Amino acid sequence: MNPDWINALIGGLMIGTATGILLLGNGRIAGVSDILGRLIARSKPSDWAERTLFIGGLLAVPFVYYAANSVPEITVTNSLPLLIAGGLAVGIGSRMGSGCTSGHGVCGNARLSKRSIIATLTFLTTGVLTVAALNFLT
Amino acid sequence: MRKLTALASGLLFSFGLIVSDMVNPARVIAFLDVTGDWDPTLAFVMGGAIAAASVAWIIARPRKSAYFGGAIPPMPTQPVDRKLVTGSAIFGIGWGLVGICPGPAIVALSFGKWEIAVFIIAMMAGMALYNFGLIKLPDRLRSTVKV
Repeated sequence: MNPDWINALIGGLMIGTATGILLLGNGRIAGVSDILGRLIARSKPSDWAERTLFIGGLLAVPFVYYAANSVPEITVTNSLPLLIAGGLAVGIGSRMGSGCTSGHGVCGNARLSKRSIIATLTFLTTGVLTVAALNFLT
Repeated sequence: MRKLTALASGLLFSFGLIVSDMVNPARVIAFLDVTGDWDPTLAFVMGGAIAAASVAWIIARPRKSAYFGGAIPPMPTQPVDRKLVTGSAIFGIGWGLVGICPGPAIVALSFGKWEIAVFIIAMMAGMALYNFGLIKLPDRLRSTVKV
């Protein structure tokens, strides 16, 4: 097993390459909140099939991967209020801010978009403050 | 062909999130926990992803259109406004509360944990609330003045 940071770097390169495939192939930004968010709207986007297939790709890999590898342990809170508040905030915030960790964090920063750099610094700051506040309160 | 590209991109994206362990919310929380036992893993993931995505942008720059149709997206022209900053701030709070953002949420759904399912339902509800205009930034905060 590789050290964590090597796996992180390899995984990161895979994620970045995936955004490159979508950009160079289809001229689209691989922002997950946008790809998913536009499927939940009044009108069906013209490229809904492509969006659905991207999401399908995300969903499919664990089944293939874990057929050959051991299932990793993931640790997530089991507090219902936290899960609901967190989900709502991620959903509302990513639509209002026009992006999330993938759209702004990876794609936007990679092209040195001022909007994405500001967005990333903002959500990193509130994320750090939120974790610190939760640690303080619990 | 565009459909195949979209699927391939989703598959590789998902693989990357699993290999880097970013599907694990505890990892993300540990990265954000700078005053505690800080885990820098997420920074390596971001670094690798941004490096690879930069190469794609460099290849894309001189091109007008993508290989399978569609324009290469131009640099956004909107200013940095309150909507961008407020939205990103709200997003960061949710990210810190649970340690999940949209990409890892979808991948982790396939692990069959009820917690992830609850998070995704709330996230999609949040997206719908905003998309359908049921939640928006109050008008007095929506000035077009640059922040």
